[in-house]
Amino acid sequence: MSKSGSTRVKVAHSYISEKVTNIPPSGIRRFFDLISSMEGVISLGVGEPDFVTPWHIREAAIYSFEKGYTMYTSNQGLPQLRQELAKYLESCYGLSYNPDSELLITVGVSEGLDLALRAILNPGDEVIMPDPCYVAYPATASLAGGVPVLVPTTEEHDFKITAEDIERRITQRTKAILIGYPANPTGAVMAKKELTQIAELAQQYDLLVISDEVYDQLVYGIEHTCFASLPEMRDRTILLNGFSKAYAMTGWRIGYAAGSHEIIEAMTKIHQYTMLCAPIMGQMAAIEALKKGSSEVQAMVREYDRRRRVMVKGLRDIGLSCFEPKGAFYAFPSVKATGLTSEEFAEKLLTEEKVAVVPGCAFGQYGEGYVRCCYATSLPEIEEALKRMGRFIDKHR
Amino acid sequence: MKQIFESLEKDARLTSEQISTMTGIPAAEVEKTIKKAEKDRAILRYKTVIDWAKLGEEQVWALVEVKVVPQRDVGFDAIAERIYRFPQARSVYLASGTYDLAILVAGKTMQEVAVFVSEKLAPLETVEGTVTHFILKKYKEDGEILQGGEGIKRLPITP
Ligand SMILES: Cc1ncc(COP(=O)(O)O)c(C=O)c1O
Repeated sequence: MSKSGSTRVKVAHSYISEKVTNIPPSGIRRFFDLISSMEGVISLGVGEPDFVTPWHIREAAIYSFEKGYTMYTSNQGLPQLRQELAKYLESCYGLSYNPDSELLITVGVSEGLDLALRAILNPGDEVIMPDPCYVAYPATASLAGGVPVLVPTTEEHDFKITAEDIERRITQRTKAILIGYPANPTGAVMAKKELTQIAELAQQYDLLVISDEVYDQLVYGIEHTCFASLPEMRDRTILLNGFSKAYAMTGWRIGYAAGSHEIIEAMTKIHQYTMLCAPIMGQMAAIEALKKGSSEVQAMVREYDRRRRVMVKGLRDIGLSCFEPKGAFYAFPSVKATGLTSEEFAEKLLTEEKVAVVPGCAFGQYGEGYVRCCYATSLPEIEEALKRMGRFIDKHR
Repeated sequence: MKQIFESLEKDARLTSEQISTMTGIPAAEVEKTIKKAEKDRAILRYKTVIDWAKLGEEQVWALVEVKVVPQRDVGFDAIAERIYRFPQARSVYLASGTYDLAILVAGKTMQEVAVFVSEKLAPLETVEGTVTHFILKKYKEDGEILQGGEGIKRLPITP
């Protein structure tokens, strides 16, 4: 501190902005600290694949290093990647986006979400989203100056958000609906019909829809409906997706946003000043993933499906009620029968049986009474975890 | 059905009940499908991948290239059959290229492998010549990485 600074009168205050002070810390962090000090823990608390990125994708990235691709890319991302993406969205969902003006490569869906909200929200604007939901949704909306409006979703309705419940919460200040299906933490998916009702609502009230579809390829026995592919929704939707989950590429930090030229341009404006561009090595790897990754994705999906069935049956067999998740890689059983709160359950389960799960309350008020169990872990580990959990339930019932 | 075999190929010790849970196919049907595949020899055997070196067991492997004269009517089949009946020949393949048969030979010692090649393999009538490559180190066998591997690097709790 400078001399003149030290003569200033000291007042009791914090240097941290009110905005940041007011957002609650992630409930997940605290658990992380607890678990780090223990050994022999089986963790069902992860939010990422246990697979390593397929070798041909890693190898392509290594080759790009060797060739000297170590620079910035254009703000929007490598043209070749955007072209491949446009092709992919066209063939998967029949959506056509102009790679030059309607696609933006982001640093994961995380950045895409932040950009989308910052691009559209004025202070006090409301964003309607489900509860429970991915931890970043309410926080990023608040940080962008908006107000998250949470819509309770329940096990009875398979943790789906309904158009009816959304409509009741629409006000003059509502700007957007933020959804993410298949869902973290519940594994819920939405049928085309249900999404169409939300689409109609968006049109009726002139709202934007931010659709986080990072788990779009991880669905089991059903087909994923891309929100932007619904009638009249292409220009009303900010489609967010990325490579983290389907291609087991969480650490590469590559995602993308697709939408109307106006919105993508606004998002790019923020992106160019705050992020400049997504990392080039990740973008190089993403090109390879799009071009040649689909068979590995399918193999991983089949493996997740096997684990999903073992996990859900196992949870039910030990006496927990568990709705059938049809997407992502999470099961979300109710622990209400134990009389413990989700946090007590998770903490005791960790200390007594060394199994880590994430308490549902970390994902919102309506996640209370549930825990998130990730089945992106090997079958023997899932079976061992279930055995331990069974012992735990017997003790605490 | 493919799912049943995919599960079994990963872990031969799975029970029909376990496979049923994983695939949603009734256990009785899983059982029947497996029985049929065993009968049809689509499933040949259930075996275990063992790293013998780790158990302190010495094993010597060699890849032997064999050049043979194909015979009228039976081509390479007759000679391949002569060779694959020796238990020392653990795998026998007909290959394209500069030689004809590729044979993986296993033995307890280098001497044992050498004796097999020089006394059994090379003297066969139609064998024109052999080239023996002793295996110095196994990195990966039948899809399994024997040493190292990648290990789990992800954090125990992530959002
Ligand atoms: C629903 C959801 N959206 C976004 C993300 C973040 O993804 P990315 O790695 O692309 O930033 C996650 C990661 O857990 C997620 O579960």
